[in-house]
Amino acid sequence: MDWLAKNWELVISLSWVHIGLSILPVVVGLAVALPLGWVAFRYKRVGRFLVPASGLLYTIPSLPLFVALPVVLGTSILDPANLVVGLTIYAVALLVRQIVDALASVSQDVRQASVAMGYSSWQRFWRVDLPLASPVLLSGLRVVAVSTVSLVSIGSVIGVTSLGYLFLNGFKRGIPAEVFTGVVATVIIAFLFDGALVLIGRFAMPWKRKVTS
Amino acid sequence: MIEFRSVSKSYEEGALAVAEVNLTIAPRAVTVLVGPSGCGKTTLLRMINRMVDPTSGQVLIDDVDVATRNPVQLRRSIGYVMQNSGLMPHRTVLDNVTTVPILQGVSRTQAQTRGRELLATVGLEASLAKRYPGQLSGGQQQRVGVARGLAADPNILLMDEPFGAVDPIVRRELQTELARIQSELAKTIVFVTHDIDEAFLLGDQVVILREGGHVAQRGTPTELLANPVDDFVADFIGRGDESKHLRITERNGTRLVVDKRGRVAGVLAAPEQAAESHRGKPEDGAWTG
Repeated sequence: MDWLAKNWELVISLSWVHIGLSILPVVVGLAVALPLGWVAFRYKRVGRFLVPASGLLYTIPSLPLFVALPVVLGTSILDPANLVVGLTIYAVALLVRQIVDALASVSQDVRQASVAMGYSSWQRFWRVDLPLASPVLLSGLRVVAVSTVSLVSIGSVIGVTSLGYLFLNGFKRGIPAEVFTGVVATVIIAFLFDGALVLIGRFAMPWKRKVTS
Repeated sequence: MIEFRSVSKSYEEGALAVAEVNLTIAPRAVTVLVGPSGCGKTTLLRMINRMVDPTSGQVLIDDVDVATRNPVQLRRSIGYVMQNSGLMPHRTVLDNVTTVPILQGVSRTQAQTRGRELLATVGLEASLAKRYPGQLSGGQQQRVGVARGLAADPNILLMDEPFGAVDPIVRRELQTELARIQSELAKTIVFVTHDIDEAFLLGDQVVILREGGHVAQRGTPTELLANPVDDFVADFIGRGDESKHLRITERNGTRLVVDKRGRVAGVLAAPEQAAESHRGKPEDGAWTG
């Protein structure tokens, strides 16, 4: 506790950095995965290739990826962009399949009805398919958010500072309290992300709440 | 007026869903397409609003080939009511009803005022407007479905087994209600069902289809019952069904209507009452069940 009392400012500032580095891959990953998932759902032939292919991305080991990305992107080796891009790739890997499943969960009757009423396909996607797919989509997003928060720590190994710095530094200098603080702070952030998503879900899906209650 | 001109529909597997159908659907009346499953009745219905395009032939509405119309605009101009209501589970009852007018660009307030009127028309309390479909009973959902179909004040209303999924008592109620609404609004209704009793109850004109999408016979319920063209039609409309062969008998001074086996089907009503019952459908004949 002594260690924390002396270093709490560092912990807070690292937490903010950690949060910032975690939000970006989740948001960008969703933005990239959404059209891919839609295409995979809409055109089954493309989907048969696209879904497994995106899933394979997740099998790329993270350290080699972070090391390789500067070469591919032409960024400096210490650029946080490497980390963000890498984690975005993982988010996309998880989300494409989830979006396909989410769209498939929308009732066929409702989809037919929306066609019959005269929604254009653009309107149908935004006003019918996406909102009705969102419960399944949200559960996938929660997994991605939590896994991203924990993966951000690895960035410290390649020089992108985050709460992971506390593990590395704590190990190196033999300060268990520092390691422990890093773990706890990461877990708290993961919980915060998860809670925020649940809240957004409640707010955005009032019909779920009312019908089941 | 809706017209089918030698319309066929085949699918890639080669199966014929609709075969050379020629059909004229009278305006401001109820035409029921009835037949066993696989007879192409829903396919025919969906050709009217281009949810299905025919492989050959034409479908015309007021002499305009629907193939020349933008499908989205066309669908907005035609009401559609389906089985299991097809309501948007994430929108409130009122939002569901106002969907099409709002898609057409009617202002929100105006659409909502009209929406509330329509809920009253279909017999729903105003307090249900803010509920979600999942909070309503099956019968209430179907009523919302009908209100939604009528919201843009379409000339044509397509109904695809709209009462197929509700229990028999509620179904009866909804059928009666639809007949009442139709007597006020006089829309061109095309109604699909596999239930011949429902067809005879609601149809001014009944089209009997057989498997493979052929029209077996069309006519008023009276014509069909009096002169079925073949065994298929006779069988389908239940001419062989003992409960449909009725005769009058007198017991203890009351005139009863009984079926072939002597089971009571109803009481013979006085002539004046009979005249009041609606529109001379064969089933209403002169008895109340």
